[in-house]
Amino acid sequence: MSLFINIPEDSEQLPSLKTGQGKLLWIASVDHKQIGIMYLWLALFFFVVGGLEAMLIRAQLAIPENTLISPELYNQIFTMHGITMIFLVAMPALVGFATYFLPLMIGANEMAFPRLNAFGFWITLMGGFLMYFSFFAGGAPNAGWFNYVPLSENNYSSAPGVDYYIIGLILTGIGSISAALNFITTTLTLRSPDIKLNMVPLFVWMVFINGFLILAAFPLLNAGLFMLLIDRQFDAHFFIPSSGGSAILWQHFFWAFGHPEVYIMALPAFGIISEVVPVFSRKPIFGYKFVAVSSIAIALLAYSVWLHHMFAVGYSNTVNSFFAISSMLIGIPTGLKVINWIGTMYKGSIQLTVPMLFVVAFLIDFTIGGLSGVSFAIVPIDWQLTDTYYLVAHLHYVFVGGVIFSIFAGLYYWFPKMSGRMLSAKLGKWHFWLFVIGFNLTFLIQHILGIIGMPRRIYTYPDLPNWELMNVLSSIGAVFMFAGMVILFWNLYTTLKKPRSAPEDPWDAWTLEWHTPSPPDLKNFGEIPRVYSRRPLWDLKHPDKPDKRLN
Amino acid sequence: MKDKGTLLAYFIIASEAFFFIALIIGYVYYRNFSDATDTVAKYLDAGRTGIFTIFLIASSFTLIYSKKALFNNRIGQYKLFMGLTILLGIVFMVGQATEYVGLYQEQITLNKDVFGASFFTLTGFHGLHVILGLIALSILYGISFGNYRNVTKAGIGGVDVYWHFVDIVWLFVFFFVYITPLL
Repeated sequence: MSLFINIPEDSEQLPSLKTGQGKLLWIASVDHKQIGIMYLWLALFFFVVGGLEAMLIRAQLAIPENTLISPELYNQIFTMHGITMIFLVAMPALVGFATYFLPLMIGANEMAFPRLNAFGFWITLMGGFLMYFSFFAGGAPNAGWFNYVPLSENNYSSAPGVDYYIIGLILTGIGSISAALNFITTTLTLRSPDIKLNMVPLFVWMVFINGFLILAAFPLLNAGLFMLLIDRQFDAHFFIPSSGGSAILWQHFFWAFGHPEVYIMALPAFGIISEVVPVFSRKPIFGYKFVAVSSIAIALLAYSVWLHHMFAVGYSNTVNSFFAISSMLIGIPTGLKVINWIGTMYKGSIQLTVPMLFVVAFLIDFTIGGLSGVSFAIVPIDWQLTDTYYLVAHLHYVFVGGVIFSIFAGLYYWFPKMSGRMLSAKLGKWHFWLFVIGFNLTFLIQHILGIIGMPRRIYTYPDLPNWELMNVLSSIGAVFMFAGMVILFWNLYTTLKKPRSAPEDPWDAWTLEWHTPSPPDLKNFGEIPRVYSRRPLWDLKHPDKPDKRLN
Repeated sequence: MKDKGTLLAYFIIASEAFFFIALIIGYVYYRNFSDATDTVAKYLDAGRTGIFTIFLIASSFTLIYSKKALFNNRIGQYKLFMGLTILLGIVFMVGQATEYVGLYQEQITLNKDVFGASFFTLTGFHGLHVILGLIALSILYGISFGNYRNVTKAGIGGVDVYWHFVDIVWLFVFFFVYITPLL
């Protein structure tokens, strides 16, 4: 008997909610569609938590000299708001969409490593719960989401919150790395034989590039986190300047991760936009190759800009200039993408459905966020405005205007495929207008607040001229966003109670996921259709005028 | 690329490489770009550790032979070389452990200063990776004795890539921690 045999691919069905009725299958499932949906629920749950934290912040800041929240609690709340929204909302939501749709879009029946996929989800969930458990264990992390040393060292933060931050982020980071490993190997090994790498939908392409960004960025954070953990638990001195350590090193580790992290969230969001824009403009994407290649440019440049978060540290002009120029350079591939999306819309017959509305809002608000980002690349402006509300406005325009709007667009676009039901367009438009108007009301004015000198992360402020007015307007905007979210939840709730009625392809789209029933069966494709171009379903529906053949 | 197990291992080690690069950068930064003087280097015995390094490198070669034997279905040879690989790995770990004990007797500890911290963090994380590799190798070795006598291609391919990676990382650690202070 031979010791070495090449075991064939497992043909047995892996556990899933669809194979049985037991509640335990929620835990045992390794079905990529099930896990994708669980990622989205996780994101939605933490969006509520993080959103309530944001509402508390805006309530506290609505009037000067407010005593609603104590300074200690305020620090915990803004820290947890940042961590939650980045690591437990934006990341899981995008990973969830990718986990659900990446195999479907490339004609695969599963991820390359289904168990690794489940592991990634559960460890992310546990990391999130662990961070929130800190509230019951002596106080949440309170040193900001970038957790600067020496503030986060034992002598200034002796409560265990920072330890929960460290371990929680290590766990969610490992989860993200597992997801990235799966995205890359799935894209490389499980594409349908017809689909070449230059034919995959742009969402797949961006998630694929994003996988490499995650693999290279998270280990840097984890190394720094482990060093900080060793500092705090074993009294080492990595980051304590008074005993030979270096506080700046933490900033380098954090931002060498932190800036790519911005693109780790932005790239899949760009991918969603690149799927939605062509479908609702009834035109193929303008400049597929430019969008694809500019993602690689962004991924590479993302590693050469981190020091622009640290201009205020006081490096030499040479160093600052280098990073200022590279930070402006990264605006070029990003701007190119915006032009491509506008080019796709140009002369298209645009259908203003809810996902498309969010895309339009994305194009405007993300561009504003990008422009204020370029203004931060100018060193003297950064010196003046860093750590003011101008920065808060900038990052919310990028994260909410860029990432969250894309996630909403993706949610409305793919919801019929995932659940078999169409979300109500009427409620969707209410959600859209309330959320987008509220968002701009909240954050546009914060640019001015920052310019006139309001620092970020202060729990209250003196009654200076106009500060109260602007802060009240900002808080009213937050109420609008809150109302919009309530409508989204009402929409989800009522829609999920209706029977399944969505057709296979409600939007008349062109990518392979719309060739399956809504929702897809456990085995995604009985038979994968032949693919000859970037729009397989267009070719199927219009055999008389197919796209240019690419394979 | 049909062998997804090996492919996955390549991407894992690529990611791990960044982790070790970050730790090595920390060490080099403290030694070369801060005012502190390296307090650990003078207690390190590069010659002794060099010998243990040779054991670790040798284990990479025996693993290559054992993989070859497995693919050619020479089970006896596979067992011999796999056992030898594990043994060499264990010898390396014994070398590490005795070195740690020696340093502790010299009052060099994790919380002494940045160099103590960096040394134990860097070599400690490498040691953890060696232990993980030894566990994986032992599973492959143990399987060849039991009733379920199947070593999968993905199994041996993945562990193979990982073990070579652990060796190569050690070469860099050895260079930056033990050799550069002597230069």
